[in-house]
Amino acid sequence: MLSKRIIACLDVRDGSVVKGVQFEGLGHAGDPVSLARRYNVEGIDELVVLDVTATLESRRALVTTIQAVAAELFIPLAVGGGIRSADDAAAVIDAGADKISLNSAALADPGLLTALARRYGSQAVVVAIDAKRDGARYAVFARSGTAAAGRDAVEWAREAEARGAGEILLTSIDRDGTRAGFECHLTAAVSGAVQIPVIASGGAGTFEHFEDVFTRGRADAALAASIFHFAEHSVADLKTWLAGRGIPVRAVQSAPAPEGRRAC
Amino acid sequence: MRVALVDYGAGNLTSVRKALRACGADVFTPDRPEGLTAADAVVIPGVGHFAATAVLDAAWRAAVCAAVASGRALLGICLGQQWLFEGSSEAPDVPGLGLLHGRCAHLREMAEEAGAGPAGAPGPSSDGLKVPHVGWNDLAATRPSDLLLGLAPGSQAYFTHAYAAPMTSATVATTTHGARFASAVQQGRICGVQFHPEKSGDVGLRVLANFLRQAGER
Repeated sequence: MLSKRIIACLDVRDGSVVKGVQFEGLGHAGDPVSLARRYNVEGIDELVVLDVTATLESRRALVTTIQAVAAELFIPLAVGGGIRSADDAAAVIDAGADKISLNSAALADPGLLTALARRYGSQAVVVAIDAKRDGARYAVFARSGTAAAGRDAVEWAREAEARGAGEILLTSIDRDGTRAGFECHLTAAVSGAVQIPVIASGGAGTFEHFEDVFTRGRADAALAASIFHFAEHSVADLKTWLAGRGIPVRAVQSAPAPEGRRAC
Repeated sequence: MRVALVDYGAGNLTSVRKALRACGADVFTPDRPEGLTAADAVVIPGVGHFAATAVLDAAWRAAVCAAVASGRALLGICLGQQWLFEGSSEAPDVPGLGLLHGRCAHLREMAEEAGAGPAGAPGPSSDGLKVPHVGWNDLAATRPSDLLLGLAPGSQAYFTHAYAAPMTSATVATTTHGARFASAVQQGRICGVQFHPEKSGDVGLRVLANFLRQAGER
């Protein structure tokens, strides 16, 4: 059976991992390569590297970070933050990213999703949607949650799929970094409206939150940062717990260096 | 071990090249079909639409078939595996290489044909089958093979695709997503995987190492 994916997010600024609360107040959480290495041993299914400042200097550091992470990990790697053009996308793909995540640039020019899907395939194009509750609906925000995009999250998810996005990385701005649980109403609404996988993000705090978003929230994958970075919970412990609750997850590899790796 | 990685413009080859190198291969990308004669093994990668394989014209097809006839090992990955079959309903007018019997089809077509129905997938969010099939799924071996040698039962690999190959005598592992399909095939030295070994962690590296080992036994 298709496993529910557990994805670790590395918010990177100038080559270091940082993590904020509700998109503000970034604090240091470590070196991206050593974190990525640890998660890989623990059985993470995928990594997302987000360049959270995306200044010119930061972008050069990002390429170096992607190369270093991709050099030793053989699992899917998505990269986002500040990708505004086909050239930006090519730079991170050439550095070793398997997927590119587009947010503000896709809102400004939805045709960029189509252009990148034609060039790299839909499986390489992730649309990142940052949404905030607005009454009974969810409003989309651009520019790291600072600018209302005037779009409804469900409606934008449908359009992004039609334009060529292969996955949706759906973040609840209200829950980001709060560890109060995923916004399951949001993920269920979007997941039910599209055919492509939905990655839930924002609010992971306990193992129960993951079970909740995979069942009630109808998410295909769940992404977290804080609870993994500070080693409060290992990915392996989370997966073992989820498996015990009947959620299909990829079994954790038993040893850090299995026989197959050494045979290479 | 000289491995020819065939670039026909269907997706990014960086990860496949990196994984083959990590397994000890000397990887090169021939720009002409004649380049395959310098290879000990041939790898056809690829993601995307089956129509993209039309770039592999008569000269390429002849070169790949000649490499196989001379005993070189061949591995098709994802779209590359589908191309080893006779064709695909994704692009009915584009012929596959035809080294393997059968035609590829959309996962929904396969599910409907099997009678499971598109909403037959069980699970916590069973509101309907999501296609494309994206993520980690089980490899169920159907018979022992060199390609999957040493994989632990319950091993999972990373998939991203909407079309798949049918189960035939060449199948060595199956995976189920709505329908059961051939996730790994081997017929002599002709191998294929629907999953992405370059993105499947230690399981994937083991499969690539197995392929290279048998390719070296020529």
